[in-house]
Order: sequence, then structure tokens, then C-alpha cells
Amino acid sequence: MKKMILPIALGAAFAAASFSAASAGTLEDVKERGKLRCAVSTGLAGFSFTDENGQWQGFDVDYCRAVAAAVLGNPDAVEFSPATGKTRFTMLASGEVDILSRNTTWTFSRDADLKFTFLGISYFDGQGFMVKKSLGVSSAKELDGATVCIQTGTTTELNLSDYFAGQGMSYEPLPIETNTEGRANYLADACDVYTTDASGLAASRATFENADDHIVLPEIISKEPLGPLVRHGDEQWADIGRWVLNAMKIAEEKGITAANADEMAANSKDPEVKRLLGASGEMGASLGLDNDFALVAIKAVGNYGEVFERHLGTDTKVNLARGLNAMWTEGGLQYAPPFR
Amino acid sequence: MSVSTVPADTSFQFSQLWRDARYRSYTIQILALVVALSVAMMLVMNAVENLKELGKDFSFSFLFEPAGYDIGQMLVEYSSASAHWKAALVGLLNTLLVAFLACVTATIIGVFVGVLRLSNNWVVSRLMAVYIEGVRNVPLLLQILAWYAVFIHVFPAPKLAVKSPVIEGAVYATNRGFYIPGLTFEGSYQVVVATLIASIIGMVVFRRWAHQRQEATGQILAVGWISLGILVLPTFLVYFASGMPIGLDYPVAGKFNLKGGVKIGTPLVALWFALSIYSAAFVAEIVRAGIMAISKGQTEAAYALGLRPRRTMSLIVLPQSLRIIIPPMISNYLNITKNSSLAIAVGYMDLTGTLGGITLNQTGREMECMLLLMATYLLISLSISAVMNAYNESVKLKGR
Ligand SMILES: N[C@@H](CCC(=O)N[C@@H](CS)C(=O)NCC(=O)O)C(=O)O
Repeated sequence: MKKMILPIALGAAFAAASFSAASAGTLEDVKERGKLRCAVSTGLAGFSFTDENGQWQGFDVDYCRAVAAAVLGNPDAVEFSPATGKTRFTMLASGEVDILSRNTTWTFSRDADLKFTFLGISYFDGQGFMVKKSLGVSSAKELDGATVCIQTGTTTELNLSDYFAGQGMSYEPLPIETNTEGRANYLADACDVYTTDASGLAASRATFENADDHIVLPEIISKEPLGPLVRHGDEQWADIGRWVLNAMKIAEEKGITAANADEMAANSKDPEVKRLLGASGEMGASLGLDNDFALVAIKAVGNYGEVFERHLGTDTKVNLARGLNAMWTEGGLQYAPPFR
Repeated sequence: MSVSTVPADTSFQFSQLWRDARYRSYTIQILALVVALSVAMMLVMNAVENLKELGKDFSFSFLFEPAGYDIGQMLVEYSSASAHWKAALVGLLNTLLVAFLACVTATIIGVFVGVLRLSNNWVVSRLMAVYIEGVRNVPLLLQILAWYAVFIHVFPAPKLAVKSPVIEGAVYATNRGFYIPGLTFEGSYQVVVATLIASIIGMVVFRRWAHQRQEATGQILAVGWISLGILVLPTFLVYFASGMPIGLDYPVAGKFNLKGGVKIGTPLVALWFALSIYSAAFVAEIVRAGIMAISKGQTEAAYALGLRPRRTMSLIVLPQSLRIIIPPMISNYLNITKNSSLAIAVGYMDLTGTLGGITLNQTGREMECMLLLMATYLLISLSISAVMNAYNESVKLKGR
């Protein structure tokens, strides 16, 4: 009798286990839940941070709000999850979040090995170095032997190692997990140099008490095209995310703002504007959304330029110029495919 | 009259599976096994299904690709061009290093505290109680972070530290770590090392012999001094005779950091410190329990024989309480090892930080990395258990 237990149990277990939860499309999931789940960074001025009312704010955050507005008609129907450089991909891959919008660089391996789909480039960036002025360093080439604070799980740590090896220099890495930790270590002199995306350096520096005691060195050692991403395998969901981002850029190009969007939708003669704002054609339906999805999104957060200026622009403390992130019509690289 | 309604027919009925005590336990066991296996199968199938859906395969070949990242503190040669398995090895050694250090110091501190906790001096015993209760009831992660913060704020940055050395030209304490002289090996250093090893063996043999002699004749030798002599003298003689082939490499001030010597980074020190302080509180309680479990009659008998309190403790009480102390101590050592995986909180690159952290993240091989990680920790834990159980076996009360 005893010998029989295992085979019987195994057979039954196989029978019991051979059903598996088939996952519906992400769009249906989000609609059913009534909330978009979005991973953002744990706290980086200008990009994603919680304000004094506990509300998430920032450039990366507003993209999530735009998607929520487009899909659910409500920019506040978002559940934000703070992700570190290390946890973000697991969170996205495991389905814990629907979309990742966290200063994430588009690379080959994240696309092909990690199996993520990047939805476009929301910010053209590059890796830089910040040091204390008191060190008397004016170029990254003088950093041989320095201790460098570096966020783990980022492209930053790989670039850094490449750069120093290429220059024939050495360094001591001090791995940290969040920007907050990086600040603390850098300010306590536990490292000489803080390296990350130049935008992140500007944002961190902006929050220092004596920002003028720190300089960002002129060298930019990498290309860091940052953008939102989703899992491979749900083309419809990827298209939605991609076209919300594109819609924000086209809106800037066409002069559509949060304030005048309704009026433009009603009165514009430009056929592309009319298609974008849902006044003509059936574009939204092809994505499984309402026809006015872009209108709702733009009314909620504004166009790309508005979002940029509100959180990162020269009137904010982060104080970043548009630079590469100006529209292509203004000499920048931001360029959205046509909406037709 | 007979009340039995059970038919004489003994053929098996289905309801007997749960009504009949002969079969019931089998039924329950089978059901439990089915449930457990189903859950396990479901998890595995789910993982396989999800990986397939994501278009990911299951393969360990990533271990042989270049890691691409650098590591601060390492015991073996490693650079960013080394493979991922090498990074994992560096992490593993770092885990073992900090776990070993913490086990040793936690034991030493813990035994002291545990004994003092039983002191007749009210202040001392209260102080120890406060330490034990305080430390045991604050989450370890917070303690690690707190110690790290203390270290990076209390000690000066390298620039200032070189101006106020602990030992001029040799030992420096900075907020990035402690610098001590390192060893340089040249010429026929092997002879010196070989002599040292031979001396250690000689010392062990001598102590055995002295012990047997004492058992046989009752004479006590100055074992401590003689052991020290055996350990130190020959090595010294050979060292000088062979022309001092082992030298010291002193740390010197560099542009940003100190160069040369051995650096014991703040992440390691903070983690080691926090693990030791935290675990010592548990060790202390284990030791206290062990001592209290030895009947007072033993101590009184020893006193009656004229043994002084210290000898009573070390010869009568401690050896007996060891038997009680060791089993819970094993699990304490296991805890230290597992707790060391909090290392990444202060940037110490242990196995969780390399294989389970950066490698996992850069390659996206969650399943593979996690399985390897769990298997490795399991292996470490089982090894510690095996060694400690063997030791336990050797001090156990032998049936005579
Ligand atoms: N773009 C790089 C680096 C991204 C990164 O970690 N950026 C930092 C600083 S710009 C950040 O967002 N920190 C916020 C946080 O700690 O949550 C990548 O994708 O790997």
C-alpha cells in the first residue's frame, strides 16, 4: 500500500497542475482594474518624486498620467510603484506593473535579451560625472584612482567600466541602489564622483544645499536614450504607449496645448490635427481606445514641450535646456512619425 | 443479543478510505502529498509557461559572457572583462568572508556578554540585559544602515585622514575604509610559510601530548607559553635566516584615495560590525541558557574540591554547557550567513549583490540566477550544519 502513494499522488498532481491562467491583453486588464500600474523611479527631482501632498510629480510620472488619461479617461487612475535601477525590470517582466517609465536607457540587450519593447525616446541623454569643486578636477580624464558612486543595475555601471578601461585609468566603485543613497554617500565624501545620466546629475545637484560647490564635468561618455517600455508580446499595448508619446510630441509640433486642445479639435483646419484629436477618422479605435484618446491625454498633461518645461525646463530648479530634446523643427532630435 | 451489524463480508468498501482507521492515515497522506505536489507543479509549470510567453529560454550560458561591471572589494583577481561566473565567485567569497568574520566576533562578544549577564554585579548584568534586548529588537537592516552612516560620517575623508593617521605611515582610518599594511612576497617566502604550517602542526601535537601527560601524571605544564614559543620562534628564525622574504606594503596618500596596503572597505566593516553586534545578542542568550542549565551542584562540588571560580567555569561548567549551547548555535551561524545577504544595502558586493543583483539585472536571467543563488546558500548552510554537527558529536556526552 505504502509504495502506491507516490505514483497516485504524482498522477493527481499532474492532472491538477495542467491548467494555467491564460493572461488577457494588458489593455483589457487595465480597463478591468480601472487603474494603470506604472513603475517610476524612487525619487529624482524633475523626473519622479512625491510632492508635499504625497502626489507623484515629474516628467516620467506625467507620461504615465497621459497613458492613464488616454486609456481610462482619468489621469489620476494610476498606481505608481517606485522601482530602483535593479528592481525595475523584474517588476515589469513579472507583470507587477503595466508600463515602466523610469529614466530607462534603450539598449540592444534590454530589447533582445530582457524582452522589452521600448516605446520611443522621451529624453535624449548621456552619462556624465559630477565632482566637488574643491577637488580641483576639470575633466573626467583626471579621475584616475577616484572612488565613484554608481547606481547598480544601470547602463551607467557598464559605461563607467568601459570608459575607465578605455582611458587606461582605474577607479573604486561604490555601488548604491537609489539616487537618495547616492546623494548621501556623495555628500558625505564616501565617494569623490557621482556618475549617472547628465539629466539625473542636474536634478540631483539642483537639490543640494550648496549646488555651486559641485560641477558637472564636460565629458559625456555615452548615449542614453531614455524612454518608457513594456513587455514583449502585447503589440496592442505597445502601440498604445508608443502613440501616446508620439501624440504628445506631435501636439507640440502642431502647437496644441492643454489649454487650447478642445478649441483646436473643434476649429483646426489641419487634417493631421483633426485626426490626432479625434475630430476625424477612426484612429483611436484601431488601438482599442476612444477616438479622442490623444485629446484627453493632452488636456490632462499638456504636450511634450509643456511637460518638459513644467518639470525640467529652465524655469525649474533642475534647469535643463531643451538641447537635443527640442523638436526637430527647432534643431533638436525629437521627431514623431506622422499621425495617419 | 448481538448488536453487530457489520456484515461478515470483508470486501473493501470505498467509504473505508476515511471511516476505517487502517486506511484513513494513508488517505490523508495521499491527499496531502497530492496538494503539495500540485502546488509545486503549478509553480513550475507557471514559470515555464510565463518564460515561454516572454520568449525566454532557460540556459546558463550567460555565466561565461563578460560581466562588464567592476567590484569594489574582492579576494581574487577580477576585472570587468571577467565572466559572470567569476563575478559570482567574487561575491561568494565575499559572502563567506563576512559570514566567517561575523561568526567569530559574534561568538566572542556573545560569550562575554552571556557570562557577564549572569554576573552578580547588578549594574553589569543590567547593562548586558539592556544591550541584548535593545539589539535583538531592532531590525538588522536598520542597524546595518545605521552603522554604515556612523562610519561614513565619523571617520574623515581620505584627504583629512592622511593628516591624522592611526599609526603614521601604516594604519589609516577613513570614511571609505581602513588601510593597513599588506604583505609582499618575494624570494624564498615559501620556506617561511612552510615553517609556520609545520609549527602549527607541532603546537597541536604538543598540546595533545601535554594533555595526555596531565591525565596520566597530574602534572601541569605552562602549555600556553610553550605553545606560543613553538608557534613563533622557528618561523622567526627561518624568516631572518632566509633574508626576510616577506615584506610590508604600506599605504600612501594618493590623489583621491590612499594607495597600496590593504583596504578594508567601509561597506565590509559596517556589515561585519552590524552582524556581529546583532548576532552576539543571540549568542549571549544561548550561552546564558547553557550555563544556567548546569546544576548548581556542579559548581558547588568544584568549589568544595578547591577549584577557583575561573577554573570552575572553564573546566566544569562551560564544557558541560557546550552540549546545550551548540545546537542552537548552529542555527545562529546559519542565520548570520543568511543575514549577510543584506550586504547590498551598504554596497558590499556579496553573492546576492553580484549573482543575484547586477548579473541578474544585466542579463535578465532571473530564474537561472535565483536558482543558482538558492542552491549556493543551501549548500553553504548544509556545510555549516555538517561541520557543526560533527563538532557537536565530538563533545556529546559519550555513553560509557
Ligand atoms: N539610464 C540609465 C540609468 C538610470 C538611473 O538609474 N538613473 C538614476 C539617476 S538619473 C535614477 O533615475 N535614480 C532615481 C532612483 O534612484 O530611483 C539606465 O537606464 O540604466
